Amino acid sequence: MENTRPKRVDIIFLMEGIDPIKVVENAIKKSPDDIILDMIDSGLKGRGGAGFPTGLKWKFTRNEDSYDKYVICNADEGEPGTFKDREILDRVPEKVFAGLAICGYTIGAREGFIYLRGEYNFLLPALNEKLDVFNAGLKKIGLDFTIQMRSGSGAYICGEESALFESMEGKRGEPRNKPPYPTVAGYLGKPTAINNVETLVYAFMIARIGPEKFKEMGTKDSRGSKVFSISGDTPKAGISELELGMSVQQFVDEFGDGDTKAVQVGGASGGCVPRKMFKETIIGYEGIPTGGSMMLFNSSRSMYNVLHDYLEFFTEESCGQCTPCRVGCQQLLKGIEAVKRGEKNPGYLDDLKKLAKTMKVAAKCGLGQSVANPFISIVSNFKEEIIY
Amino acid sequence: MADVQQIIKDVTVVYGKERKALMPILQAVVKTKNYLDDQDLISIAKALDLSAAEVFGTASFYTFLDTVPRGKNVIRVCKTISCHMAGKDEIIHAIEDTLKVKTGQTSVDGKFTLLSANCLGWCHKGPVMLINDKVFPELTAEKAIEILQKYQEED
Repeated sequence: MENTRPKRVDIIFLMEGIDPIKVVENAIKKSPDDIILDMIDSGLKGRGGAGFPTGLKWKFTRNEDSYDKYVICNADEGEPGTFKDREILDRVPEKVFAGLAICGYTIGAREGFIYLRGEYNFLLPALNEKLDVFNAGLKKIGLDFTIQMRSGSGAYICGEESALFESMEGKRGEPRNKPPYPTVAGYLGKPTAINNVETLVYAFMIARIGPEKFKEMGTKDSRGSKVFSISGDTPKAGISELELGMSVQQFVDEFGDGDTKAVQVGGASGGCVPRKMFKETIIGYEGIPTGGSMMLFNSSRSMYNVLHDYLEFFTEESCGQCTPCRVGCQQLLKGIEAVKRGEKNPGYLDDLKKLAKTMKVAAKCGLGQSVANPFISIVSNFKEEIIY
Repeated sequence: MADVQQIIKDVTVVYGKERKALMPILQAVVKTKNYLDDQDLISIAKALDLSAAEVFGTASFYTFLDTVPRGKNVIRVCKTISCHMAGKDEIIHAIEDTLKVKTGQTSVDGKFTLLSANCLGWCHKGPVMLINDKVFPELTAEKAIEILQKYQEED
């Protein structure tokens, strides 16, 4: 894809000629094992950010011996810079429902849930109404599977899968130790396949037309396409579905304002790519992975302010359960403030980087572990802006 | 005054009396009266046969489950980076001036509480605020004040 423009794709929002219930009806003519083989063959990886192969997740859940199993759609989209799941649930909710139903059939679950973040409560009335119709449709085709809505209440951490289960169980949203993984012990301790909103729509598409078309797109490590949430200093803010495998440079050529100095890939918990690395950095699992959040910054922006915002965010959203994250986030924030005020030497930033690296190893969940991504990439590449 | 006992009854009919009904109950109470007081938490604990401390522990974990009194309308202005860059400070100042409150406070007439919030998921259309469950993207200071006036006029 050298020097070409990012290729636009229209899979997720395409609704023309598609009857989701009909797709489910056709999909479940196949055996669960065949559906799993298709998913594995497609190379689809979770679109929430972590990128676990979807087919394997379904296979592991299917292989568990349990009368009760669950499918959950993780719609607790809270990563700063991400808003694609809201758009998907607003525009094509039936495709998400159908993805859940196909997953439910495949792993042997009778109940599915959509955990929607509280900030999106305004979507609830329409979603519930459409769910009633959809659940009735499933009954009609003889699939013993129903979907219900559940709501979050303003906690970013509940997007972490085990914290989400805790929340659904009526507890504080504090992540659990892993293993056991959700495929073994998830919601109510039962085997649970938990998938991102966008992942379920791609799974739906693969079930509908097979894995070939999906496989054709992207690269060896990053198959298919992805919905990007684009914001910041760009004349084209919004949603774009693009084929995977482009470089940050190609992305910036298409979406930048001509003065882009850095792109934050993957939200606050992702990494910051400075201009000098645009060309060599591929957006995908072989380069810099992303749940879809792309924030562009031009040269008028202070990267100190950007990092300060992120650290404030993590300090507030840390669940407080484990010390590396709870204290680490606070100290990183206090640390860059002290350097900025001149109370600490610039060399102190190296100590803070060590702290961030320690959090990466010692924090209990993805939140604390990923604070090092923005911290180290911004401090290393924009040191002058942090100090002066 | 909202009848919390009735809310508990209504929600447990749908979700059962197990602990997994706790979030839906807390959310329903907050939807009706905007916050949970000690008596509400005790009533909920009794209904689900939990300790009041467990219920308070859960409620206090979540930003949207307030355990201190809030105004009739809760305003949450997004303060995260994209909205910050798009000018959320102006919006907050305009609202503070209009309502004569600081962020975190409730107006004297009890109609509004002004809060800031982390990413609300409208980064391409910032600045954005929620009033209760309703979302208002692409704000300007004037637009924000106009919206507040509409809420003022209601009863």
